[in-house]
Amino acid sequence: MAALQETVTQVASLDASAYKYGFTTDIESEKAPKGLSEDIVRFISAKKNEPQWLTQWRLAAYQRWLTMAEPKWARVHYPKIDYQDLYYYSAPKSTPGPKTIDEVDPELLRTYEKLGIPLREQEILAGVQTRKVAVDAVFDSVSVATTFKEELAKAGVIFCPISEAVHTHPELVQKYLGSVVPVTDNYFATLNSAVFSDGSFVYIPKGVRCPMELSTYFRINEQNTGQFERTLIIADSDSYVSYLEGCTAPKRDENQLHAAVVELVALDNAQIKYSTVQNWYPGDSDGRGGIYNFVTKRGDCRGDNSHISWTQVETGSAITWKYPSCILRGNNSQGEFYSIAVSNGHQQVDSGTKMIHLGKNTKSRIVSKGISAGKSQNTYRGLVSAHRKAVGSRNFTQCDSLLIGHSCGAHTIPYIEAKNNHLQFEHEATTSKISDEQLFYAMQRGLSAEDATALIVNGFVREVLQQLPMEFAVEAQKLISISLEGSVG
Amino acid sequence: MLEINDLHVSVGDRQILKGLNLKVAAGEVAAIMGPNGTGKSTLSYVIAGREGYSITRGEILLNGVNLLNLPPHLRAANGVFLAFQYPVEIPGVACMQFLKAAMNAQRRSRGEDEINTPEFMKQVREESEKLKINNEMLRRPLNSGFSGGEKKRMEILQMALLQPKLSILDETDSGLDIDALKTVSEGVNSLRRPDRAFLIITHYQRLLDYIKPDTVHVMAQGRIQKSGGAELALELEKHGYQDYISNEAA
Repeated sequence: MAALQETVTQVASLDASAYKYGFTTDIESEKAPKGLSEDIVRFISAKKNEPQWLTQWRLAAYQRWLTMAEPKWARVHYPKIDYQDLYYYSAPKSTPGPKTIDEVDPELLRTYEKLGIPLREQEILAGVQTRKVAVDAVFDSVSVATTFKEELAKAGVIFCPISEAVHTHPELVQKYLGSVVPVTDNYFATLNSAVFSDGSFVYIPKGVRCPMELSTYFRINEQNTGQFERTLIIADSDSYVSYLEGCTAPKRDENQLHAAVVELVALDNAQIKYSTVQNWYPGDSDGRGGIYNFVTKRGDCRGDNSHISWTQVETGSAITWKYPSCILRGNNSQGEFYSIAVSNGHQQVDSGTKMIHLGKNTKSRIVSKGISAGKSQNTYRGLVSAHRKAVGSRNFTQCDSLLIGHSCGAHTIPYIEAKNNHLQFEHEATTSKISDEQLFYAMQRGLSAEDATALIVNGFVREVLQQLPMEFAVEAQKLISISLEGSVG
Repeated sequence: MLEINDLHVSVGDRQILKGLNLKVAAGEVAAIMGPNGTGKSTLSYVIAGREGYSITRGEILLNGVNLLNLPPHLRAANGVFLAFQYPVEIPGVACMQFLKAAMNAQRRSRGEDEINTPEFMKQVREESEKLKINNEMLRRPLNSGFSGGEKKRMEILQMALLQPKLSILDETDSGLDIDALKTVSEGVNSLRRPDRAFLIITHYQRLLDYIKPDTVHVMAQGRIQKSGGAELALELEKHGYQDYISNEAA
């Protein structure tokens, strides 16, 4: 018993000190006045010099948002958010727009260095960093740097801040923006549509296999500032792209709101792999502070034989409300969702996926691994549905929960809707605890209580970690250990 | 090598070990025999450091180090190995991964360098051949879906790789057919060395036909009641433990 008790105590002792990205960057910023109104929406749009259609689009979203109510169905509890007490736009003063890396404020470069995000191409090329990854770095409301743009351009790949794409590729943005997550989709997505600040835009042309991993790194710095980024990825016919998103935030006593929208479009035979390592500040050991993460992520397998896979490792945030989904519209299209959600302390996670089978012979696969420790609550919520025309569709769902200690909770809420008789849906779910026997066995062989716990947890999530690009899998593995042990890595 | 003095152990209100004394010399194979429920498994767990037992008196010395002051993983690093009666399954962790993690954890605790991969592979290959463990089994998650015999062979493989000073075998013969019993026994016999000691905990004489003990200790009522040579085991086989139990009651 006491071996387990020790682990529980360690977990309980986890506080803000374990979060290693909790530092603040002291940099002057330009903000819009607090609160949300039509004027603020116009202000943001004007700041970005947006065309008329986009300003109107935002305003329509804002009007719609005023008529909507915050969703209450998730298994999360938090005090009422005062939307008038937030800043909706904040930009580092010295960088009015993305520039070449040499012009970026050195303070910002140092911030990303501390975070281990390579922004200096020459260092990457010189082998300081082993893997070539193109990075778009978003700091509060704006993109501060994007690397390898030229090399990508040679392959025809467009990778730039969405605020830039609005000007350089307006036809693509106008055609696809809001086509997967409509303006009216849900409270947080609609809010995002009205006030979104920046994010990444990716277009992979027909027949192109993107020559490197793409990655966006989000950082919230400012106090009382909401982050509303918007990502749009389009994989044209016969193309392939692998994309990774990472996020961190400073330690702050108050909660910060993050309401992002990610839209993926895969045309005929295209494949998009989207991986997330989410490490927003989770709050301290008493549950003070931390990010409220209300995110809408959806992929549209618009073309036949298209393929979208979501892989997420969720360790941060005070509240996670997130359901990366796939609309399997094209015939023979495939959707996948691989998830590891770790919750500790007072964290609340309500996450899962939706697989909407519309086309014939569509396939989906869901593997969700929830790990709850401390006083956290971890819910898997998933929908698998098949339209009348989705004959021959198949789904396999596996939801496993692992509990560490006695004060946490794990919940699995699957919804299944089948509107035709020619399909096959399977659902498996397990809930287990790390047993005293397992811990003692591993410790008898020489592993400390912490190492034993980490080893057992890693065994539990192995299937999902295998889906991540290798370097990130190693990172994710470390991150999971840190999240659970309270030891600074 | 191993010296246990006046060991008193209880679980909750129940006293299980009541002043146990035992000495095992380097190079010696000592068998502990006794009826069920007499505290044999408790003894093995207490030596290895399992939580949940309160040690009210006594000491356990391994080469002069009092094990009771150490957490389980440091006892392991100091050379204590327990072959479990019921080896535990660890899903998703391949045997190879577990073996390497254990070897390196012990090395780190002792301040030694980690083992390099070619050397590790070589050792695993050599030892697993002796125990008829194939590569397919080594790639599977530890003990998951293993038969009783496979689990016990995996225990002996770990013993061979970790090279402990004191190996405790807790009812290793339970659940083994005769072929598996032979393989496991041969594995143990090949590890006998002048600087290692073995503590064989068993209910039956059967295992001792294959692993010849130097000394036999009869345990009952939480104490060692009688010690002797290999012949004591045969005597027990004939007469049972009745004498020792009534002895205590009287």
